[in-house]
Amino acid sequence: MLRYTVRRLGQLVLVVLVLSLLIFAWLHSLPGGPVSALLGERATPESTRALTIQLGLDQPIFVQYWKFLLRALSGDFGVSLGVQPGASVVDVFLTRFPATIELSVCAIILAIVFGIPLGYLAARRRGGWFDNLSIGASLIGVAVPVFFLAFLLKYIFAVKLGILPSLGRQDAIDATRVTGFFVLDGLLTQEWDASLNALKHLILPSIALATIPFAVIFRITRAAVLDVQDEDYVRTAESKGLTTRVIRARHVLRNAMLPVVTTIGLQTGALLAGAVLTEGVFNFPGVGDALATGFRQHDYPMLEMLVLVAAIVYVLVNLLVDLSYALIDPRVRAK
Amino acid sequence: MALLEVRDLTVQFRRRGEEPFTAVDGVSFDVDPGQTIGLVGESGCGKSVTSLAIMGLLPRKGNQVTGSVRFEDTELLSLSQSQMRDRRGRDLGMVFQDPLSSLNPVVSIGLQVTEVLERHRGMARKAAMVEATELLDKVGIPDPGRRLSEYPHQLSGGMRQRALIAMALACRPRLLIADEPTTALDVTIQAQILALLKELVTDTGTALIMITHDLGVVAGLCDEVNVLYGGRVVERAARHELFAEPRHPYTHGLLASIPRLDAPRGEKLVPIKGSVADNIPWDGACAFAPRCPNALDTCTQVTPEQESLANRLLRCHNPVEVTA
Repeated sequence: MLRYTVRRLGQLVLVVLVLSLLIFAWLHSLPGGPVSALLGERATPESTRALTIQLGLDQPIFVQYWKFLLRALSGDFGVSLGVQPGASVVDVFLTRFPATIELSVCAIILAIVFGIPLGYLAARRRGGWFDNLSIGASLIGVAVPVFFLAFLLKYIFAVKLGILPSLGRQDAIDATRVTGFFVLDGLLTQEWDASLNALKHLILPSIALATIPFAVIFRITRAAVLDVQDEDYVRTAESKGLTTRVIRARHVLRNAMLPVVTTIGLQTGALLAGAVLTEGVFNFPGVGDALATGFRQHDYPMLEMLVLVAAIVYVLVNLLVDLSYALIDPRVRAK
Repeated sequence: MALLEVRDLTVQFRRRGEEPFTAVDGVSFDVDPGQTIGLVGESGCGKSVTSLAIMGLLPRKGNQVTGSVRFEDTELLSLSQSQMRDRRGRDLGMVFQDPLSSLNPVVSIGLQVTEVLERHRGMARKAAMVEATELLDKVGIPDPGRRLSEYPHQLSGGMRQRALIAMALACRPRLLIADEPTTALDVTIQAQILALLKELVTDTGTALIMITHDLGVVAGLCDEVNVLYGGRVVERAARHELFAEPRHPYTHGLLASIPRLDAPRGEKLVPIKGSVADNIPWDGACAFAPRCPNALDTCTQVTPEQESLANRLLRCHNPVEVTA
């Protein structure tokens, strides 16, 4: 198990290296570029050349990549050009990353907490009204665009009913920062109001972000339970006269969880895509928002770091999935 | 008194918009304590459905079970789901056909054995583990202590079936139903498993219902044999009588289609023509008539009734004559 983990982490290094090259090459082949973005309408041929040399963009691309790589290894991703001009990319990232983590964790918890039990219930009541209703609901969940749902939620609960905040991570209140995770900070410093306030700000964005993962997890759970409950070993368990509780938990759910765990991993990895839209609608200052802004303003250094981190997170989540898979399924452990 | 009395057991599967399908059609038989009886027939003759009906393991929806299944003094068919749950695994055990798919792949062998002991004998996990070690040892699994912590994929096919037998017999049920327990195994392993079953039921006085399509299995194991066709018992006799003088043309055909070492070289096997019909045309005919070499006109006009002869039950208008 340990050797497996170490080997997988080794693979991670390789993946990140290749990815960094791809991202770098791809960003630098885009038209426009940071120089024209920075100078805007005031660009003259002289100032353009001067800035190109100043940013090192006149050098061959592999030289640029090598320099980028060396700096990145020492934790220096350069200076933001557009998201927060002049600030260190790493600093910008570090203030925004906790916001997205908070949002994603809330969203995936919502998706799991509702998706798995409802999927299980729908499978038990297959063909009944509950099953049909929730299949319909999950279809809508997948089909409705995230940004539309985000606007809808914002309009109903923030604008019309006014019961939940519509923008940002926290109201302008006195709050001590410790970790950058606002909900956690409030708990650590016992500033309960601050914690509660941050949590309220999370409700609508996480619901919007959770819909697609919820719908997918719900459907996979339902299908997996339907599959598993017809298996021979469930009949064996029945023939042993075991209680329904044991049969459901040990024989049906444990096996049905295998595909669900994989799905949770994939969905968690894909959350960033949804976060770009959700954070935009709710003015939530996370990395999704930074990514969108970065693209609009050709903030290469920012984008390089964000895409790289997104890739690392994705690979780490998948590693976590594989490890938990091995925990559930002894057949995987053996290999 | 019989341990198990099955009377007029009928199972119909009903699907919306379709004719009900009668899988088991008025089957009756007894099992005495410690007796081994065989239910024999081709796929689709209703033998597995009969056993699932006795165990109360048929799907809850879409079927209708009528008749009577008395186990000692209890009518099993009138028990509630949870009462039946208390019986299964304790009074009645069952072993299935495919040992790999019948074991939960993600639960250790040990837990799959101890969960029965915990459920019906109220044992704590630790005590149950000790008992499970003995059980695995009894069914001939070497190094049982180590096997307890292993998972089904780490065991061979024969070992898996042994483990399943250990689970079925863990609470010393008075009746064990084995549904084709050797079909999925290698031939050499088949013989071992049959010998094991025989030894275990003899030692513990457990009655055994052996469900099989393999007359070889019956020959080595069963005291009495019921031959099923189209959901009905067509012939019943003690083992010796059945093999020596098969009277029903179907039984006769089954025996004739077994290759024999003492047959002259070059002699061809005689298969039974055709296959089991989709629905059972016992109404106003014998269901076997279309495939029967002895068929008369009456066979397609009158349903044969079950007759009691000197040493057997028979349901046939024109049985095979006894060759002296």
